[in-house]
Amino acid sequence: MGITVSRVSKRFADFVALDDVSVDVPDGSLTALLGPSGSGKSTLLRIIAGLETPDRGSVVISGRDVTGLAPQQRDVGFVFQHYAAFKHMTVRDNVGFGLRIRKMPKTEIRKRVDDLLALVQLDGFADRYPDQLSGGQRQRMALARALAVEPRVLLLDEPFGALDARVREELRDWLRRLHQQVHVTTVLVTHDQEEAMEVASRIVVMNHAQVVQIGTPAEIYDQPASDFVMGFVGRVNRLPGAYIRPHEVRICEPGEPGCAEAEVERFLAFGPEIRVELRLRENGQRLWAQLSATEQGMPDLTEGMVVGVDLSRARRVDEPAAAGGAR
Amino acid sequence: MLNVADRPAAATHPRNVAPAVHSFGAPLLRGAVGAWMAVIVVIPLFAVAVAAFRRGPEGFWSAISNPQTVAALGLSFGASFVVVLINIVVGTVIAWVMIRDTFPGKFVVDALIDLPFALPTIVAGLTLIALYGPKSPVGINVAYTRAGIVLALLFVTLPFVVRSVQPVLAEIDEEMEEAAFSLGAGGWTAFRLVILPNLLPAILSGAGLAFAKAIGEFGSVVLISGNIPFKTEVGAVNIFNQIENDNVAGAAAISVVLLGMSMVMLIIIAIIEQRGGRHEHAH
Repeated sequence: MGITVSRVSKRFADFVALDDVSVDVPDGSLTALLGPSGSGKSTLLRIIAGLETPDRGSVVISGRDVTGLAPQQRDVGFVFQHYAAFKHMTVRDNVGFGLRIRKMPKTEIRKRVDDLLALVQLDGFADRYPDQLSGGQRQRMALARALAVEPRVLLLDEPFGALDARVREELRDWLRRLHQQVHVTTVLVTHDQEEAMEVASRIVVMNHAQVVQIGTPAEIYDQPASDFVMGFVGRVNRLPGAYIRPHEVRICEPGEPGCAEAEVERFLAFGPEIRVELRLRENGQRLWAQLSATEQGMPDLTEGMVVGVDLSRARRVDEPAAAGGAR
Repeated sequence: MLNVADRPAAATHPRNVAPAVHSFGAPLLRGAVGAWMAVIVVIPLFAVAVAAFRRGPEGFWSAISNPQTVAALGLSFGASFVVVLINIVVGTVIAWVMIRDTFPGKFVVDALIDLPFALPTIVAGLTLIALYGPKSPVGINVAYTRAGIVLALLFVTLPFVVRSVQPVLAEIDEEMEEAAFSLGAGGWTAFRLVILPNLLPAILSGAGLAFAKAIGEFGSVVLISGNIPFKTEVGAVNIFNQIENDNVAGAAAISVVLLGMSMVMLIIIAIIEQRGGRHEHAH
């Protein structure tokens, strides 16, 4: 069940978009395809939807091999970054489009559309045209339109990419709650690691046309499979031959065993986070530490003072550095 | 020169704070445009209308109710109507191929579309009679028939629908189509329900221009139609014949009718276009 993508390759002229990619999306999960632009994540989503044809490999949705099927026959809902609203139709007609295609009786369509508009909190907007909606409202309309046909899978291609930061945040929360309500197998494409971490229960990290790691947000964050994943899914200090996340840097007494001496270059405290920018005395290496404001003994840090830093949680580079940081 | 500082009301209202040059130039430009339109369009049309009624309303009526003239105007109207219908379909298809397809020599085809419009119409007529006339090298002879008239009108009106649809089609969000596909719509259904409604204003505006051009067409038609009264004589040729017979007032009267038809068509299009764009501005 769910979605099984097996050994899919796709090439556009000279550009390899997908190179022998296999992914399993569990039934009912909310999975994010995360990667930088050009990593192939959107192409993979479009291949699942049937909007692109793979050169090799197969796609199975809910146990049915759909590789050779047209998008119309795949039972998928697709949501585009730029909404793809039918501009000449009202919100009601947009949402009811798929049902109209399926020749559902008009009164039934009306009822279904009303229910869906309530679900996406657009009741009262049924007779508006897309141009009269905000970006966030348009995207919710597009979601209702995709959900109307009760698809087996819901595919979202950078659905919040065109929205401003605050609306994006709201819609993320809203999408997660919606998914808990409708439980449809959902695949979300994003280049925003924070979005993937917040929304998805599983993350597929892609880079250079390949899948580089699959796991839960915690696994991806705490046990990154490579230099690239580490750098991509969170903030990181790069040390010679190793790296460490800012929150893993511990400030200690200078001279304490296992601690290196460093000078505080900058000290920034606001909200729950304290950011300390440091320079190691032995080699001049700069790094920063992220501390919680509730941590004890911290307030007496001042710029210019010398402290100890415990870097024992740093991890060794397990991959040639050249493969990382490709953004 | 007006100075913004002298107009406190304007200065406090941010929207009205236009550069001095602008507020000085706008009426001047507006006046220039008005004068130009008057000299080039309005006054000549008015002169024709005056000439048409030189012999009073009875003279006007007798000129346009002459059976041969009625037949000619009816033919112009009917042929233009047929031509517009064909153009709506063929023009849209050509625009579709030009935008959605790629093939070698596409730019040549693109240039060719404008040629019938750029060509002197009498040259177009000559070309058609050489190919589809009595001495046709391909064995098709439509000279002196209504089919010949339609052919000539199709030739000269080719670019209108194509050129008005092309830019709109190029701008249409292809994701709209993909959304329709994923919702279960087949290619034709997606075109009919999603693409076509968005093209319609452009198609109609091209069709209207084609109609206005076709209904008054003279040069390309005069040779191939043979100008047989009651059969292949079109309105514009009828006007020419009236002038040949020194009936300038009659010619003017028929002109006014043709003018009226073109104007009604252009007004209808303007209304349709306004309606088409309504929901995009109704905030």
